[in-house]
Amino acid sequence: MAFRLRLAPENTNINFFAYQWAMLVTSCVMMAASVALWAVMGLNFGIDFQGGTTIRTESNQAVDVGAYRQALTGLDLGDVSITEVFDPTFDADQFVAQVRIAAQDGSEAVTPETIQAVEDALKAVDPSITFPSVESVGPKVSGELIWSAILAVLGASGAILIYIWLRFEWQYAVGAVAALVHDIIITIGVFALFQIKFDLAIVAALLTILGYSINDTVVIFDRLRENLIKYKTMPLRDVMNLSANETLSRTLMTTGTTLIALIAMLIFGGDVIRGFVFAITFGIVIGTYSSVYIAKNLVLMIGLDRTDKPKKGTPDEYANIDA
Amino acid sequence: MNAMPLWKRVIILAICAWGVVAAAPNLNYTNIERHNDALAAVEAAGGIATAEQQADLDLWPNWLPSNLVNLGLDLRGGAHLLAEVKVEDVYKARMDSLWPEVRDALRDQRDVVGNVRRLPSPEGTLRVAISEAGGVATALQAVRALATPVVSLTGVGQNDIDVSAEGLEIVIQLSQAERAATDDRTIQQSLEIVRRRVDEVGTREPTIQRQGADRILIQVPGIGSAAELKALIGTTAKLTFNPVIGRTSDAGASPGPRNLLLPSMDEAGVYYIVEETPVVTGEELVDAQPAFDQNNRPAVNFRFNPSGARKFGDYTAANIGAPFAIVLDNEVISAPVIQSHIPGGSGIITGSFTVEQSTELAVLLRAGALPAELTFLEERTIGPELGQDSIDAGKTAAIIAMGAVVFFMIACYGMFGTFATIALGINVALIFGALSTIGGTLTLPGIAGIVLTIGMAVDANVLVFERIREELRNAKLPGRAIQLGYEKAMSAIVDANITTFITATVLFAVGSGPVRGFAITLGIGILTSVFTALFVTRVLVEMWIGWRRPKTIIV
Repeated sequence: MAFRLRLAPENTNINFFAYQWAMLVTSCVMMAASVALWAVMGLNFGIDFQGGTTIRTESNQAVDVGAYRQALTGLDLGDVSITEVFDPTFDADQFVAQVRIAAQDGSEAVTPETIQAVEDALKAVDPSITFPSVESVGPKVSGELIWSAILAVLGASGAILIYIWLRFEWQYAVGAVAALVHDIIITIGVFALFQIKFDLAIVAALLTILGYSINDTVVIFDRLRENLIKYKTMPLRDVMNLSANETLSRTLMTTGTTLIALIAMLIFGGDVIRGFVFAITFGIVIGTYSSVYIAKNLVLMIGLDRTDKPKKGTPDEYANIDA
Repeated sequence: MNAMPLWKRVIILAICAWGVVAAAPNLNYTNIERHNDALAAVEAAGGIATAEQQADLDLWPNWLPSNLVNLGLDLRGGAHLLAEVKVEDVYKARMDSLWPEVRDALRDQRDVVGNVRRLPSPEGTLRVAISEAGGVATALQAVRALATPVVSLTGVGQNDIDVSAEGLEIVIQLSQAERAATDDRTIQQSLEIVRRRVDEVGTREPTIQRQGADRILIQVPGIGSAAELKALIGTTAKLTFNPVIGRTSDAGASPGPRNLLLPSMDEAGVYYIVEETPVVTGEELVDAQPAFDQNNRPAVNFRFNPSGARKFGDYTAANIGAPFAIVLDNEVISAPVIQSHIPGGSGIITGSFTVEQSTELAVLLRAGALPAELTFLEERTIGPELGQDSIDAGKTAAIIAMGAVVFFMIACYGMFGTFATIALGINVALIFGALSTIGGTLTLPGIAGIVLTIGMAVDANVLVFERIREELRNAKLPGRAIQLGYEKAMSAIVDANITTFITATVLFAVGSGPVRGFAITLGIGILTSVFTALFVTRVLVEMWIGWRRPKTIIV
């Protein structure tokens, strides 16, 4: 027998419902904590959603945040934040910082004079400084971008809800979308906790998580649908456990390969898209968890209409665990 | 087992071959890009190539495929601008040009309406006072006779102006339908003029498109700073020649009715009082070129069309010795005294220009004035070095991700893992081939999308292989197990990928720029990975089975 790497034993018989209440409570607590963090700490919105200007500076001299700040205080710009950026892909003499200027009061559009003034002030501090990227978004556009982002997430969730409903049954759709909401809220909570910049790219990441998580959920649902036909008399709970066990090997395999690819991107992909890749990586872990523990469990709680089986939802369905 | 019919195999292998061929040019990106640029330049020049262009042309044979993936601004570097057109500007201009017509129409009825006077009014409305109370009806009729029907799909049966009376005042403004039609025309004109201006600078493949009701998106790859581009696009470049009434250093001076107080461009603190109605405007220019005046200072030569030349000639003939002002965007460039009658319709604008400024002014005058002012709502500039860093980082990550996934697949599935690996290679080739062919844009999140696809592409394979394993455990023969594996995994693969495809579609619809790039690669990646997993690996597996005819297989 040839050697095969196995992520899961050949025949698992894990009872995925053993800790269902603990899992459910944990998930609810995490969601509540996320919402609380979101409300208390707020999200570190990027200029896409808040308006303002970010300037990326690069120099062959070490970044002196204090000196930069000193240079900019005279310009009366309001809220200015300066952060040094570190990345393993940088050269030894490559020093990068990010200067963020809040949207200037009373202007709907971008003010080129402000940007010029900032660039001049920084050049005075460090003559070798260059500005590899300058991005400005006016408050008018950022307000619209927030809406289009919210619409995107709602639209995608709605479309998925309808598709699953058409392909399966409404109970599946509710379970799947509840799992998606769970994934997205917790991911946003993590962004609030670590104050990672939240911009348009992160919304794209959220939508990707949505797609991935639903992918995982659908695979389990598909097997469940098949097994429900095969084992007409087996209690729903057991059919679910069987389906989750049968697909476990695949779930771990896919999550594993995707995570490997993403971790490579996280380490070597550069700092510009680190937040984006981080969001997807985190979301895939949480998405895998939610498809195994949330989506399916909710379907069990709602109950399925197994019309072929007259005795449905009898009390012994819950007692009949032989795991 | 029921092997696939030959024609199916041939089609599948042909698609794979096409993917590899279409993706191949991207491996030699720099040279082929130079080849393509040179080819376009030579075609534009009518087939005559310079030695330099010929050298670039020789970098890649013409008969080989040369479609490349477009690199997004975040990878190539460049400027992205979102401008809003102030469409209201045009309403004002329309009302100002309507005034002489209204005045003349009412003067014809002078005995009924009495004296006619224009009153100050908010921009976009024209308010005219008459002195005879009995003449309101006649005045309304006379002004309404000036209206013309709106030519547009939605505005059928409506006139271009709404005329109403408030006491002794006649109020004229553009009708709703005319405003909509005017807005549309303004945007179209602005687009055209922005395009001409950007083309004059000769950057490669700029994207200039309308966005929403009153916005223009401008993306110019490869330029280092948006400031220069903005100076070029954002200048209205409205050139007028106005009679000068006086000169003052008082910024608060009252210019008098129908006159304007305009600052001088070069002399600080100097203001000119000019008549509001120009003698002739930049719209009547046919050409403008950078030049030098007799003192060898940079200047701009211009030439009027026949009607402009006549107006200019008549005016100069009648006003020898009087100064007239050359006004650009409400600033007086210069106010020379008319020395003699200028009949030919050509002239020279002097001022204290640098050579760059005179060149830029000539470009702006040639391209024409913007019908309305542009304000910039969004501006992003990415330097080419940062883009190159991102490409390198993305490449490294993609190669490492690929290596790790390949190792993982072969360790887990042995021979079948190898098939999946080949399919993965073909998958990446197909993504690039498709992107190159449809001219899709690769952005940094797009690279992340490809890396994600590399990870997820094996998902469908994993589903199939796991299924085959299960069927083998049920003591099925290899051929039968493989067939059942593919058949039973089908519904899960299709459902799972359609839902992901839905999100990619939503992303494409609402996203812009880099996010849209991500949606494109994700969407293409889903299609190609389903294709490679369901068909390519199957062809490979069947070919292997047909060749080795194993009694048992281990997946």
